[in-house]
Amino acid sequence: MATVAEERLFGKSIKRREDPRFITGRGQYVDDVKLPGMTYAAFVRSPHAHARLNKVDASAARKVPGVLAVYTGADVKVGGLPCGWMLPDIKVPPRPALAQGKVRYVGEPVAIVIGETAYAAKDGAEAVKVAYEALPAVSNAKKAHETGAPQLFDNIPKNQCFYWTIGDKTATEAAFKSAATVVHQALLNQRLIPNAIEPRACIASVSPATGELTLWVTSQNPHVHRLLMAAFVLSIPETKMRVIAPDVGGGFGSKIFVYNEEVVVSWAAKTLGRPVKWTAERRESFLNDAHGRDHVTEAEIALDHDGKVSGLRVKTHANLGAYLSTFAPLIPSYLYGPLLSGVYKIPAIFCEVWGMLTDTAPVDAYRGAGRPEATYLLERMMDRAARQLRVDPAELRRKNFIPKFTDGAPYQTPVAFAYDSGNYEPALRRALQLVGYDQTRKEQLALRPKGRYIGIGVSTYIEACGPAPSAVAGSLGAGAGLWESGQVRVHPAGAVTVYTGSHSHGQGHETTFAQLVADELGIPMEQVEIVHGDTAQIPFGMGTYGSRSACVGGSAIVKCLDKIKEKGRKIAAHLLEANEQDLDFAGGTWTVKGSPDKKKTWGEVALMAYLAHNIPKGMEPGLEATSFYDPVNFTFPFGAHIAVVEVDPETGAVKILKYVAVDDVGRVINPMIVDGMVHGGIAQGVGQALWEHGVYSEDGQLLTGTMMDYALPKADALPSYVTERTVTPSPINPLGVKGAGETGTIASTPAIANAVIDALEPFGLTHLDIPLTPQKIWKAVAAAKQK
Amino acid sequence: MKLPVKMTINGQKTSDEVEPRLLLVHYIREVVGLTGTHVGCDTSQCGACTILMNGQAVKACTMFAVQADGATITTIEGLARNGELHPIQQGFWEKHGLQCGFCTPGMIMTAYQLLERYPKPTEEQIRHQLEGNLCRCTGYHNIVKAIEWAAEHMAGKK
Repeated sequence: MATVAEERLFGKSIKRREDPRFITGRGQYVDDVKLPGMTYAAFVRSPHAHARLNKVDASAARKVPGVLAVYTGADVKVGGLPCGWMLPDIKVPPRPALAQGKVRYVGEPVAIVIGETAYAAKDGAEAVKVAYEALPAVSNAKKAHETGAPQLFDNIPKNQCFYWTIGDKTATEAAFKSAATVVHQALLNQRLIPNAIEPRACIASVSPATGELTLWVTSQNPHVHRLLMAAFVLSIPETKMRVIAPDVGGGFGSKIFVYNEEVVVSWAAKTLGRPVKWTAERRESFLNDAHGRDHVTEAEIALDHDGKVSGLRVKTHANLGAYLSTFAPLIPSYLYGPLLSGVYKIPAIFCEVWGMLTDTAPVDAYRGAGRPEATYLLERMMDRAARQLRVDPAELRRKNFIPKFTDGAPYQTPVAFAYDSGNYEPALRRALQLVGYDQTRKEQLALRPKGRYIGIGVSTYIEACGPAPSAVAGSLGAGAGLWESGQVRVHPAGAVTVYTGSHSHGQGHETTFAQLVADELGIPMEQVEIVHGDTAQIPFGMGTYGSRSACVGGSAIVKCLDKIKEKGRKIAAHLLEANEQDLDFAGGTWTVKGSPDKKKTWGEVALMAYLAHNIPKGMEPGLEATSFYDPVNFTFPFGAHIAVVEVDPETGAVKILKYVAVDDVGRVINPMIVDGMVHGGIAQGVGQALWEHGVYSEDGQLLTGTMMDYALPKADALPSYVTERTVTPSPINPLGVKGAGETGTIASTPAIANAVIDALEPFGLTHLDIPLTPQKIWKAVAAAKQK
Repeated sequence: MKLPVKMTINGQKTSDEVEPRLLLVHYIREVVGLTGTHVGCDTSQCGACTILMNGQAVKACTMFAVQADGATITTIEGLARNGELHPIQQGFWEKHGLQCGFCTPGMIMTAYQLLERYPKPTEEQIRHQLEGNLCRCTGYHNIVKAIEWAAEHMAGKK
C-alpha cells in the first residue's frame, strides 16, 4: 500500500487548502469582523504638506448626529510611534500618533472622529475645523538637502536624518583611477505606493472584565505589532494585549509597520469603552500607507581593459518621508548597499547614502525593499557599460559572474554579505535559450529598417532573503531579533496543530507548511492544521517579510519536528522493547529493522504519549515541541530574467512581447505557489518599470492619490510569463530553501527598463528614468529626432 | 430620512429601510451581512466589489442601495449551488488563480459575465475583459489560466 510518506509532498504542486474559503467569499478579513456595540472611526487629515497646526475646533463635529467623540493630538495620551532600526548618528524625529504643533505631510492624521456608523464618523470628520498656517514644503530628497530648504524639524539640520556608507572608499577611488572605462549615470528610482488590494484596517476592543485589549489588524507580523504598541506606545503589559491578524489581503511590506491609526483606535476604544473599527479608504492608503523606493542616485562603474568590472561608486539621496516609519532606516542602508555587488565579482565598491526627511508620506519596505533599488542600479549600469564598450550585454554579465561556488564555501563580497551558494551561469544560459536570444537579436536588426523597434533586456540578479542572524541584525541596529518561532502540538489521536510565527497574507503557508509536516511525520495533510496570526495562540514570532517564511519559519517547524520524532522514537522503542537505533521511521510507522511486523504507528505512539501508561521511565507525558530558529546567514536566491519589448516611437507605447524568468530559489516546497509568487512579483516590477509613480508636487501635494492617477498593472497590459528554475540548495538551513517572494519584483524592473532602452538605441538614447511611460518615451524620441 | 429597499440576493428576499446615500456594497456587507463582496478602492478601479445585478457584472461601490431596489443580485456567496463549486470557482482553485484572496470574489463575478459574453475566450479577450479588476498578487497569469479552465469545463457541461 502506498503511504503518504513514500510519495513525498515536498516539491509537489498541491492545490491550496486555504482556497475554498476565499473562492466562496468566506475569508475573514479585518473589515469583515463585526463586534457587538462596535463604533466606527474616521480620521481628519492634513491637506497641507507643511503647516503650523494652530487650532482644532471639534465643537461642530461633536454635534453631528451619530458622532460619539472627537479626539485630537492634545487628547490622545500615548507614546509616539517608535522606529525599530537605528543607524550610527541617526537623528530620530519624534512622531506623535496624532499631529501636534505642526503637520509635515498631506494626509498626516490630525484628529479622530468616532461615530455610531462609519457614515456618521465621516460626517463628523467633515465638520472638524482646523486652523493651519501653511509653511514652505519640500518633497524631493536632494532639494531637501540644499541650503535654505524648508526645515521639517528644528534640531535636524538640512533635513539629514543619517549619512551612511559601506565599502572601501580608498580602494574604490584607486579602481576608478586605473580604469580603462568609466560610465557615469544619474538614476531616479521613483517612489512607489504599495496598494495591497485590501486597504489597511483595524478593530480595537477592550474587555471590561479583564482589561485586555484585542486588536484585529491588517498585519504581516502580529507579535511585532504587539511588542511595539504595548511596550513603546500604550505602555501596557504584553499580557494585556492580543493581536489578531486574520486573513490579510496582501501586504508587500506595507502591513509590517505600526501606523498612527491602530494606535489611536486602540487608545480610543479604551477611552470610549466600546470597540472601534477603522477601515482605510483607498485615498487614505495612498496618503498614509508607507511608500517605497524614492532614491536619487549618481552611479559610476569602472571597467578594465578586458571588460571586467573593477569598481562601483554610488551616491544616493534616499527619501524617508516626514517621519521614520518602523524599519525605514534599514531599507536604503543594509538592504541596499550590500546588494550592490550583485552576481558579479567586483573588487571595490563604495556607497554613500543620505537619509533625508521631506514633507511626504513615510517611506519604508515595499516588496524587495532596497534590493530592487540596488539591482536596478547595477543592472542598468551593466547595460550602460555594455553599450559603451559595444559588447553584448548578456556576454558582459557572463564575463563578470562570480564563478560557481565550491560546495559549502560562501562568497564574500566587498560589501558585507557572504553569499550562501550560487551558480549563476546556467540560469542565464537557460533564459537566453528560452527567449531565443540570438534569433531575437537578428529579428531586432531586421525589423529596424521597417520602423519597428524591438528591445531585449537582460537582468541577472541576486537577492538577500530570510533575514537574519539576530546577532548580526542587532549589531547593525535592529530593535528586534529576526529568528522565527514554531510550535508543533501532537494531539492524542495523532492529528497535529502547527503554530507558526510566520504570517500568510497570500503566501499559502497553510498548504506549504502542512506539506512539510505531513512529509516529516508520514501522516496525511488532512491531519495537519496550521495556525498563525494570533498572539494568544502562537509563541512570540517575527512574522513575514523579506521572503523569510520558508527559510526561517519553515526551519523552525522542522526543528520542532526533529524533537517530536526523537521523543516518538523513544516511546516506540520502549513499546517495541527495541533499541532506538534499531528502528526505522517511514510512512508514519516505526518498525524494527529486519522485523517489519514489529511496528508502532504514529497514532499509537501519540496516544501512548498522552496516556502515559507505558512510556520510558522519567519521560514527561505529552508530545509537543517549541523551537526558535535563528538563521546563521541570509539566503541568496538569484536568476536571470529577460524581457523582449516593442516600442512604438510614434506613440511611445511599450508592448511586452515575451518575458522569461529563470530563478534559483534553492529547493522548492510547492512549485505552483512559487511560480505564482514569481508571476506577481514580475507584474509589480513591470509596474515600476513602465507605469507606477507616486508623484508629489514640489510643495508636497500628492498628485497620484487615487487609482485613477496611479497606474497599477492591469491584465491587458501584461503578458503570460515563461518561468523555469535551476536548483542550488541553500546550505544554511535544513530545508535547502531560499526566499522566493520578492525575486520577481527585484529582477523585472531592470529587465524591462533595459529592454526599452535597448529598443531605443537607434535614436541614440542611452538612458531614461523609470517609469517609462509613453509620454516620456515619445518626448525623448521626439527630442532625439530634433538633433 | 430612510427609504425602503427590497432585493433578492442569492435567492433570499431582503427588505430594509436605508439612508439614500448608503452604497450598495455597504448594504450587502453591513446590512445583509454578506462580507464576501469586498471594497478595495473608492474610485471604481479595483473591481473587488463586483457582483451580478440582474445578470450584469456591476461594481457595487458605484451604486446606491436604493438604485438596486427590486433587483436580483448574486454575490460570491451565491455562486456555488448545493455545495458544488461553480466551474469558475473550481478553475481559480485548480489553477492557483488567487493568493491573498481579496480581489478574488470580484474577479470571479467578472469572469462569470466574461464567459457569458465569450464562452470560448481568447487570452486577449480575457485580459481585456479583466481590465476593470485589479490583482496585486498573481500578475494575472494564473487568473487567465483559471478562466480558461472554467471555459473548457463549462463548455463540457452545456
